[in-house]
Amino acid sequence: MAESKTPIIEIRQVSKVFKLQDQTINALHDANITIRKGEFVCLIGASGCGKSTLLRIIAGFEQPTSGEALMWGTPIAGPDPTRGMVFQDYALFPWLSVRDNIGFGPASRGLARSVVKETVDKFVELVGLTKFANAYPHQLSGGMKQRVAIARVLANDAEIVLMDEPFGALDAMTRERLQDELLDIWQRTGLTVVFVTHSIEEAIFLADRVVVMTPGPGRIESDNPLILPRPRDVASPEFNDIRRELGAKLHSHHAKKAA
Amino acid sequence: MAMVETGAPPASVPVARPAGKSPWERLKPAALALIVPALLLAFWQVATTQRWTRLIPTPYEVGEYMIDFAWGGIYDDAFSGTLVTHLLASMGRVYGGFALAALFALPLGLMIGRIPTARMVLDPFLQVMRPIPVTAWLPLSMILFGLGPRSAFALVCLGAFYPILLNTIFGVRSVDPKLFEAASMLGCQGNAQFYKVVLPAALPSIFTGLRLGLGLAWFVIVVGEMTGVPQGLGAVIMDGRTLSRTELVICGMIIIGIAGYISDRIVVMIGNRLLAWSPTHHG
Ligand SMILES: Nc1ncnc2c1ncn2[C@@H]1O[C@H](COP(=O)(O)OP(=O)(O)OP(=O)(O)O)[C@@H](O)[C@H]1O
Ligand SMILES: [Mg+2]
Repeated sequence: MAESKTPIIEIRQVSKVFKLQDQTINALHDANITIRKGEFVCLIGASGCGKSTLLRIIAGFEQPTSGEALMWGTPIAGPDPTRGMVFQDYALFPWLSVRDNIGFGPASRGLARSVVKETVDKFVELVGLTKFANAYPHQLSGGMKQRVAIARVLANDAEIVLMDEPFGALDAMTRERLQDELLDIWQRTGLTVVFVTHSIEEAIFLADRVVVMTPGPGRIESDNPLILPRPRDVASPEFNDIRRELGAKLHSHHAKKAA
Repeated sequence: MAMVETGAPPASVPVARPAGKSPWERLKPAALALIVPALLLAFWQVATTQRWTRLIPTPYEVGEYMIDFAWGGIYDDAFSGTLVTHLLASMGRVYGGFALAALFALPLGLMIGRIPTARMVLDPFLQVMRPIPVTAWLPLSMILFGLGPRSAFALVCLGAFYPILLNTIFGVRSVDPKLFEAASMLGCQGNAQFYKVVLPAALPSIFTGLRLGLGLAWFVIVVGEMTGVPQGLGAVIMDGRTLSRTELVICGMIIIGIAGYISDRIVVMIGNRLLAWSPTHHG
């Protein structure tokens, strides 16, 4: 993988404070991460530790209260097609067919009809939905909807894909299959992926690096490079060692509080 | 290819009718729908032949009169064979008033739903005007638009206006915020979102508003035609009342009912076609 000097994403001392009527919430406190092109980074942590907030700042949906979020060295000003988001609840356009959902980005960018069609054909096939190309989202299963959501950001030439618990609502079997498929696409395309999950297993199965976050206020507890060969075996002793180690880190704030 | 989805593609028709239904299965909906009208008709027959009332004609008399009203040749009075004329006159007012209402209500609804300033300026005023029934507007309408068809038109328009307006506002305001985020991260930002997200997302509500509006246009046609128009089903009913021709009144009522029903079925069919993507929109 080609290593460039500037990282694709840099998060420098980013804090995010939400002000509600009677309270302020420190959703994210002093977060630092650097993501290089082609990396697969997982964010894990307990509910409310700021995973979604961090992802939404990278996407450009939220602005940091302090600190900087950079892409290729320039501040992230707002949502942009180079950073595609895959939502947990899909957020497909219900009035568009599978084809038109996937073609939404290319069409919005004003590409020629023939180019849009070609792109759509390619990505419909990539995610294995050729037979369902003309179906509407309500006619699809959850796993198929999430495939469409992935295809529509890939079809839009996203350089980095941000996924917020994308497989959280799926059954275990569909989830495993989509994990395999996602890894397959990632390895073939050299995409950069930031993936939020609640599951330690999912994170270890997918990631080059697992970023552990802890709540109250949301902080980055540790950044853990994984040196496990792929494809990874969930049942191997190495996998289990890492699982135990990360599990301990994940719960470290409980221990600190108890002390 | 790594990804292959098994299973059959969905049928292009969202609610496919299973083939090979028995004749009874096919007729059942119609049969069930006819129970209540049949009972009512029987009660009407008994009530009139038993002379519980002398003011209401028997179903047979009304049926006979309906035929005369439609084609003439039985009584040959002023109303014989005039049904089509009156029906067309009323339809013109219903659809014309409805179209005019849609012309005002759709842009207004989109504006109020999307632009906070427009909402603050217009919403309070429109909410105060809303409880005033069409019947209350009748005298003013006759002063403003004169006796005759223009007044009728205005009143029908008023009747259809609010359901279209309110449902449009509702549709525009209840777009899932996630869809705006999805559109903007795909490169569709600013005003383009209005056409590519807001309008299609609001379409089911807008359509419901149009359907209710058209229903109300039929509903208020009699009031609209109290303004002294010579033709129209409402005018026929008013004439029937002054002339104590109850059979005429009942004929007018039945025709309004049937015309409004057919009109609604057509709208629903169009809706099912246009909104095939919406799982909740099958009438
Ligand atoms: N728009 C918002 N307004 C107010 N508070 C918010 C907003 N978004 C997030 N928060 C708060 O910020 C904190 C972090 O939220 P965030 O959604 O980032 O957590 P998370 O790690 O993604 O949790 P989960 O695993 O449950 O999705 C929470 O306390 C949440 O209530
Ligand atoms: Mg979250």
